[in-house]
Amino acid sequence: MNGWQPVIGLEVHARLLTRSKLFSGASASYGAAPNTRACAVDLGLPGVLPVLNREAVRMAVRFGLAVGARIASRCIFARKNYFYPDLPKGYQISQYEEPITAGGTIGIESGGAERREVRLTRAHLEEDAGRSVHEGFGGASGIDLNRAGTPLLEIVTEPVINSAADAAQCMRTIHTLVRWLGICDGNMQEGSFRCDANVSVRRAGSGALGTRTEIKNVNSFRFVERAIGYEIDRQIDLVESGGEVVQETRLYDPDRHETRPMRDKEEADDYRYFPDPDLLPVIVDDAFVAEVRDGLPELPDARRERLVREYAVGAAEAAQLVSYREAADYFEAVVEEAGGPGTARLAANWVIGELTGALNREGLRIESAPVDAGRLGRLVRRIADGTISGRMAKTVFEEMWGSDGEPDAIIEIRGLRQVTDTAEIEQLVDAVLAAHPAQVGQYLEGAEKVLGFLVGQVMKRSRGKADPRQANRTLRDRLAERRSSPPPAV
Amino acid sequence: MSGPDPYTVAGISAGLARSEFSAEEIARHFLARIEALDATINAYVTVTAELAIAQARRADDARRRGEAGPLTGVPVAHKDIFSTSGVRTTCGSRMLADHVAAYDATAVERLRESGMVTLGKTNLDEFAMGSSTESSHFGPTHNPWDLERVAGGSSGGSAAAVAAGLAPVATATDTGGSIRQPAALTGLTGLKPTYGRVSRHGLVAFASSFDQGGLLARTAEDIALVFGAMAGFDERDSTSLDAPVDDYPAALEAPIAGLRIGVQEDQLAHGVDPGVADATAAAIRELEGLGARVRPIRLEHADVGIPTYYMLAPAECSSNLSRFDGVRYGHRAQGAASIEELYVQSRTEGFGLEVKRRILAGTYALSKGYYDAYYGKAQRLRRLIADDYRRAFEEVDVIAGPTTPAPAFRLGDRLDDPIAMYLADVFTVGVNLAGLCAVSVPSGFSDGLPVGLHLTGNHLDEARLLNVAHRFQQATEWHLARPPVEHGRAPESPE
Repeated sequence: MNGWQPVIGLEVHARLLTRSKLFSGASASYGAAPNTRACAVDLGLPGVLPVLNREAVRMAVRFGLAVGARIASRCIFARKNYFYPDLPKGYQISQYEEPITAGGTIGIESGGAERREVRLTRAHLEEDAGRSVHEGFGGASGIDLNRAGTPLLEIVTEPVINSAADAAQCMRTIHTLVRWLGICDGNMQEGSFRCDANVSVRRAGSGALGTRTEIKNVNSFRFVERAIGYEIDRQIDLVESGGEVVQETRLYDPDRHETRPMRDKEEADDYRYFPDPDLLPVIVDDAFVAEVRDGLPELPDARRERLVREYAVGAAEAAQLVSYREAADYFEAVVEEAGGPGTARLAANWVIGELTGALNREGLRIESAPVDAGRLGRLVRRIADGTISGRMAKTVFEEMWGSDGEPDAIIEIRGLRQVTDTAEIEQLVDAVLAAHPAQVGQYLEGAEKVLGFLVGQVMKRSRGKADPRQANRTLRDRLAERRSSPPPAV
Repeated sequence: MSGPDPYTVAGISAGLARSEFSAEEIARHFLARIEALDATINAYVTVTAELAIAQARRADDARRRGEAGPLTGVPVAHKDIFSTSGVRTTCGSRMLADHVAAYDATAVERLRESGMVTLGKTNLDEFAMGSSTESSHFGPTHNPWDLERVAGGSSGGSAAAVAAGLAPVATATDTGGSIRQPAALTGLTGLKPTYGRVSRHGLVAFASSFDQGGLLARTAEDIALVFGAMAGFDERDSTSLDAPVDDYPAALEAPIAGLRIGVQEDQLAHGVDPGVADATAAAIRELEGLGARVRPIRLEHADVGIPTYYMLAPAECSSNLSRFDGVRYGHRAQGAASIEELYVQSRTEGFGLEVKRRILAGTYALSKGYYDAYYGKAQRLRRLIADDYRRAFEEVDVIAGPTTPAPAFRLGDRLDDPIAMYLADVFTVGVNLAGLCAVSVPSGFSDGLPVGLHLTGNHLDEARLLNVAHRFQQATEWHLARPPVEHGRAPESPE
């Protein structure tokens, strides 16, 4: 890549979480039997008319405000005309010259690098097409129009991204944001969040953009990064060997790790956009914008900064906790229950470590975790106050995961209460020192690592119930006493 | 003739109210006339005899229970571009020749709910594109006044049906003059309402920003009786107007003394048939006699109405008709080897010449590189034309003139000359470009053929237009004339 600069722009399609479709009353839910979520409007029957879903406008404005975009006080819908079997009207209702939001920025941070701002061109509302199914129809194709008319927010960045890694990070940040705002479920398997990437390369220092290719419908962050990386290399190789980049649409094949020219289903190169005469201009007044603004949650960046500031959580942990809103909410609820900011680091470790691990194992999302924030908070409280050790807590946590037992009850029933009684610990320590004179001798001669062995013996003797920190401290104290006074004769 | 007139809404409504005949008898009366006469006129594409009898019996039941309204049991015919549930809705096209609609258009639904009885679906130019009803896949409609002549278009079937006494009233649509021009050519009263007054839900789109449903009937009074049931806001049409519906019958009788009538100075000068010019001048004098005051107005951009309209309407049509692709419903070509072939062959076979002409013209007007010069410029002209009317309506209450330059032309005469055909709309397209309402009222004859007076009203001023038309009809008898095909026999009274 020496001497070359990649230039990347993204077009992200986020399916909005409205109950009904963008222009019809049919359900916008995913996964129903084919063509059972398509009404006369979605089928494009003769004489039907679109009626705009106000909720979709609200969601678009919500996004616009979150990225600092200008909200158009008046925007219009346009028809994008092309023929395709899963496009029932022969045109897609989209926005062209007057989108609902313009401008705005997405801040990306990754790999310890400095924060970069990706400028957005616009975000506009449009309806999705249906789906063609080519298998299982004996050579013919099946059409499922459940998806036809579902609302999409197309988010377009300026061509200002200069690496595949940044492109993937930008996509991740947008993904976090749309879920954070509650306007998209972000499900990439179901196509709720899709990304097209425009990629070109130019000689470093050159101002002019090279010819771009468009990589269509990449549905994972990893594939976006790999597809763009492949495409950058392909274009550089091509130009360096005297070829020319052809403006075309390409498809990424993750199995073979390559991009290939795609026969574009929207083959027309002239969509004959014009304002849709069936729809009136959308007027978004100041009161509506103010109402949406009032309903905005604390945004991820602000939340992350606050977690660091208020809870002294590390930057990396904070970034992980704000990867989606439910995780951040969960974390704060745990801290609240566990006894306040003093428990925050411990709480963060538990949420990011044990809890996330268990969720991942079972493919669950945090909002449906079997252990809610209240119970985890009460568990963390018992670790923080020394009632149980971290190791014991794991046992308690496992039991909580499979039951609705309270941590205190489990601690009680299983007899897991940690031994913190000073006299009891001292008794244990003395017994261990008496049982292992050789190791004591080594320690006193300077082999400090033997201490770990001795602590282990204390834990063993207490059947794991001793507070290890206390055992450690007591051992050190006792051994220090022996240093200063000779051991009693045996 | 004694008793209520069985060819008008008012007469039928009164006769039903006084039990002089039943709804079923009235339905059978019209069905029998259709059976006897429509083979020569071809006003109907589909006659819904069984449906009509069933609806009529329900109307009679409702009347026995004391639940009848003024329209209960009154028959109506629907232009075959309004979607009718369970009844084929063809748009006069081979493309939809066998298409049975899945739902009722709002206009149809509202008239049905007011108790009206559906006689059938009337013929039209294919997808309402034309001025003669000759482009219909189901053959041309003949003018009851002269079977060798056109009934106008695109609502020629609705007009011929009412004129020949095959229905007392019919729904119609007007995109550039398609209600008013046939009304003038067949001696009827036709109302093109303000854009957005009647829901377009279920009205198969030709040009969405122009299309408007309305009515054809013998008298302004008949239209007033039916229109209120059809008009009004509909949440299923984003462009429908959320404004109260006037009491049209109550507005009919108001005196029109002091009414300010605008007349375009040079309108009768060029290319207007002398019979039409004379009838128009006489009609305006008649209105003056009723106390109206005439003043000259100027609509500066009237001359560019036709080119503006024929740029914009085809553009919208080219997109609206894309859904007819042979994939989900409608005509599908056999033997296509690829999806592209399926589109091309289905559309080639399914659409007629005029529809193809407009799709091509509209596609061109929207093309990259031509959009600004054609579509964009026409949109700007459309605004200037609307501004002309806005200024005119600061000075006058209605604008009067001829509905068409000439009476009905001969079948086939203009088929090879689309421009001559398009000029039939020269006095009517301005209203559609500006989204206003207008009415055509019978105003005399030229060489034995009816001609119409065109009255344009301001936005949502339908009540005033019907008032003026009604007062004019009280003072004249043009609307009472019957074509030679008319037999005018009342059905037998019940035993």
